Amino acid sequence: MIARFRAFAGFWYAFVIGDDWRVAVGVAVALALTVALSATTHLPAWWIVVGAVAALLPLSIRRAIRPKP
Amino acid sequence: MSAAALFLAVFLACAVEAVEALTIVLAAGTARDWRSAITGVVAGMGVLAVVVAVLGPALSAIPLDGLRLFVGALLLVFGLQWLRKAILRASGHKAIHDETVAFAAVLADARQAETRRRWAVTDWYAFTLAFKGVVLEGLEVAFIALTFGSNQHNIPLAAMAAVAAALAVTAVGLAVRAPLARVPENSIKFVVGVMLTAFGLFWSAEGAGAHWPGQDAALLVIIPAIAIYALVLVAVFRRPTTAAGQNITPGRASA
Repeated sequence: MIARFRAFAGFWYAFVIGDDWRVAVGVAVALALTVALSATTHLPAWWIVVGAVAALLPLSIRRAIRPKP
Repeated sequence: MSAAALFLAVFLACAVEAVEALTIVLAAGTARDWRSAITGVVAGMGVLAVVVAVLGPALSAIPLDGLRLFVGALLLVFGLQWLRKAILRASGHKAIHDETVAFAAVLADARQAETRRRWAVTDWYAFTLAFKGVVLEGLEVAFIALTFGSNQHNIPLAAMAAVAAALAVTAVGLAVRAPLARVPENSIKFVVGVMLTAFGLFWSAEGAGAHWPGQDAALLVIIPAIAIYALVLVAVFRRPTTAAGQNITPGRASA
């Protein structure tokens, strides 16, 4: 039963999060900052997620192609 | 976003996944048993229909801002996965997906497996191979169709695009009775990765309370900007090749 649950959870983790969990965490942090900035100020907040995507994508690719130690 | 863009995004994503599912089903039918493989396809389609029927109304019930934040975030993470893989393929760090090679590999495995009857299914291996192919490839399509459709309050159009793509690929597959190796799958995956990332970015930021300059028209800048950025990353990370065109740098991007 536990093995089946782990396999089920593992499938959904691989399906949504994929190979690099740091991307998902980075997106979550960027959106949390956007919520905070939008809720507390009148400053534009759209650039936060744009900046996060611009930074996360090359970092994730670099990690993927780095030779194994 | 116009209905045409919604239709195009879902159609392309579905077409590319349907091509992969077709390869698996063809291998299951050719190497094993067509009746069991087709039963697997029908069962897989049934599971996908239940997923869409349950999740569609559930997503439609979420308030728009919450939906855009939650679904937009999922779509953005999902889109970045597609785009990352597309960039790795285009820059030579990940093998280009080749349906002929995939077909040969599945065919070889299918020919070695034992034949076992279970319930009314003559060949359980052919059934499960086709069932898994349809469900696993179809889940991505269902996810894309539901997220795009719910954000645009037009799940029926997204579902129509998905069904149209699946029918088109199936019709061509039946006509040629071979994997659709000529479909520019890797290029389509690149385009879909760009679109998923762009719409995920737009909706998630909007759902988080941000206001885009130009509102919906911002997408006309975001989509080409992400495409150009992805192409720049392909150039930056392009793997060095020898004079014979062979890749020479070791990497670990095999996922």
